[in-house]
Amino acid sequence: MDKIRLRFKKTGRSVYISHLDLMHTLQRGFSRAGYSLKYSEGFNPHPQISIALPLSVGASSLCEILDFKLKEDAQLSDMADRLSRVMPEGIEMIEAYEPSRKVSEIKWLSIEGLMEYDERDRGQMCKELDKFFAADEIVITKKTKRGMGETDIKPSIKSIEFNVCDAGIKVSATISAQEPTLNPELLVDALRQKMPELCPDFAKFTRLETYDAQGKVFR
Amino acid sequence: MDKRLERILPRVQKPARYTGGEYNQIIKDKNSVDIRLAFCFPDTYEIGMSNLGMSILYHTMNSLDYVWCERVFAPWGDMYEEMKKAQLPLYALESGDSLSKFDAIAFSIGYEMAYTTVLDMLDMSGIPLRSSDRTELLPLVFAGGTASVNAEPMAAFIDLFIVGEGEEVNNELLALLREAKAEAWSKKQFLARAAQIEGVYVPSLYELAYNSDGTISSIKALEGAPERVTKRIVSDLDASPYPTRPIVPSTEVVHDRVALELFRGCVRGCRFCQAGHVYRPIRAKKYETLVKQGIETLKNTGHENVSLLSLSSSDYRDLMQLCDGLLDYCEPRSIGLSLPSLRADNFSMDIMHKLQKVRKSGLTFAVEGGSQRLRDAINKNVTEEDLLNTCRLAFEGGWNSVKLYYMLGLPTETDEDIVGIAEMANKVLHCWRTYAKNKNRGVKITISTSCFIPKPHSPFQWEAQISTEEYLRRVNLLRSSITARNVVYNWHDAETSLIEAVLSRGDRRLADVIEKVWRMGGRLEAWTDYFTLERWQKAFEESGTDTWFYAQRERSTDEILPWDMIDVGVRREHLIREREQCYASALSPDCRKQCSACGAAKLLKGGRCDG
Repeated sequence: MDKIRLRFKKTGRSVYISHLDLMHTLQRGFSRAGYSLKYSEGFNPHPQISIALPLSVGASSLCEILDFKLKEDAQLSDMADRLSRVMPEGIEMIEAYEPSRKVSEIKWLSIEGLMEYDERDRGQMCKELDKFFAADEIVITKKTKRGMGETDIKPSIKSIEFNVCDAGIKVSATISAQEPTLNPELLVDALRQKMPELCPDFAKFTRLETYDAQGKVFR
Repeated sequence: MDKRLERILPRVQKPARYTGGEYNQIIKDKNSVDIRLAFCFPDTYEIGMSNLGMSILYHTMNSLDYVWCERVFAPWGDMYEEMKKAQLPLYALESGDSLSKFDAIAFSIGYEMAYTTVLDMLDMSGIPLRSSDRTELLPLVFAGGTASVNAEPMAAFIDLFIVGEGEEVNNELLALLREAKAEAWSKKQFLARAAQIEGVYVPSLYELAYNSDGTISSIKALEGAPERVTKRIVSDLDASPYPTRPIVPSTEVVHDRVALELFRGCVRGCRFCQAGHVYRPIRAKKYETLVKQGIETLKNTGHENVSLLSLSSSDYRDLMQLCDGLLDYCEPRSIGLSLPSLRADNFSMDIMHKLQKVRKSGLTFAVEGGSQRLRDAINKNVTEEDLLNTCRLAFEGGWNSVKLYYMLGLPTETDEDIVGIAEMANKVLHCWRTYAKNKNRGVKITISTSCFIPKPHSPFQWEAQISTEEYLRRVNLLRSSITARNVVYNWHDAETSLIEAVLSRGDRRLADVIEKVWRMGGRLEAWTDYFTLERWQKAFEESGTDTWFYAQRERSTDEILPWDMIDVGVRREHLIREREQCYASALSPDCRKQCSACGAAKLLKGGRCDG
């Protein structure tokens, strides 16, 4: 059977499962649901299963994408349900289908975040944040494969908006999903480095949707 | 999720071990149960979730509809610091609720070095450490596990101990607690009733008096508590509950696989071995049951490995049928089957080939003693010939790594016996040179030694442990005797062994020492990262007790021992006889050859000992 794509949510307690552990958890889930993953040929066979955009520990997502192959043909219509039933709390399959596009065509991610400020005025913060992210460039220091490097994250932020909410400040943004990848945590890092007075006491992010370069929803 | 926890988790290593939510966890409505039980394992998640006993009892206790049993583990150092800073009390994984909301706190204590962690977990929950400081019925703090065969060092902290296997007795206790809670009994009233349940030991109902030399002069049972508490066992393992829907951790744990328990007890009777004596009588599961439970559990978990557990797997009568039955299912699905606890004397190449079709990992054998005389003295029925034959088979079969385990400081051990360990390693090396199929890959022979710890309820319970200085002298003697380059020698540190020896045969007067060590920061002490001898030395000094009295003093066989109120089945006369056999360097036949009438069979209710 050809490649199958599964969209799933990772929320609640499951957000603390690391990428590596998630791969393992999913493999066991397939086995529990009675599906046999196809293994690669060769000296050290491994199951052919991959997640399009690995998610950081602590981040939630409503739009994760998993590609895999099965040993035998299987019905796609009930696959999401069958898998959801055997997953740990917080991992919920949305739909399974045969993909027509490559995951490399994903370009943008819409995200939502909550930034918590324990003792600062949220209205004031909101204005300052808008100003900070309106700059032409936001150069920050970040770890790269070759030690610490300087990066301008501004081109990776297509849009960003801040609104006061009950729990703090709600962030809504569209950021670059790959090439380059912008980890939403870098938005907080930027504040920590450039304007610590704006840095929240705590922040958490959720991926909402994947888009292609043209801004159309990616499936 | 608690706000404080949410902020901490991104900062700690492996946060998934602190969240719960795993597949097959049991969630109940807390308002519709009568008893909320926090089942605590005084070590990390990775260790606790690998424990089959914990998994069995989690399910048996949750099988009661009026009980919700949840899991609690000890946080690693970084999480511990963060929780303290955020003033976040210890919580149960399923509900996230703090332990102060629970009716009962149960600990599974498998080893002495966990004692300070027990105190720490109580303290992290805001629960007073000492039983006498908890005057109300709730929360009831009880404990079980191997450590309860000598519960005395923890007697001041734990309200009652479960002695033996918990499958049945735990639920009897919880039924009584439910009644007590509904009728608002006093704690005293409850404990007196609980002491009437077979297998329940209530330390506060036993009064100890001491001689001027510090030994015990009398043990008196109060308020109708039994003179001796008899260990509980499950008579029929086939009928006893086995969780075929165990929790599947979402993060890596130590034993990340399906565990099948072949039998309880051991036919061998090695004289140093506590487990071999306190888990008697021998009760095996039918291989048909095991195959069925194994396949069902694999289906329900998606695990890629099955491990066959017991004290000596190759003594399981139907091992071949069991392996065949499981392999029929496992092989086509690339599920691995592993068999620890093999013996060098009845090692079967057929089975090894069956099990390790792909990977040829190392072989490990517990030889224990360096000479035939010493092995006879400890009743370890392994001859040099057995070992060399097995090694020959293994080397011919393509294995190229052998690990040999020994103990130093066994009763009657001489320097000759120690040098004998090095000689045996040379013979194994020679065997490899003679028989190995592929010598290009080289060979690795690893010798490991640990310091012998005399354990309660074993024939060596009266023996003295050698001093740490003497252990190191013996280690150095062995080191200098090993000449071959391919032989690696590792030795277990002497300091933990000393403290383990003190605690394993300690009495209730050690409570102050344990509490002092905890107050000085002692926790998770089974980990070398967290153990220091200095804390213990200081605590002993301050309490005016010394380690010699507990560890290095040979006890007379007519001395009253701190654990004499506990009856594990094996009779004292049997232990004395076995000890005498040791000094005569005489073997005793294993249970299959000839029953030694050790006494444990009296515990069976129906059925017979499978020895």
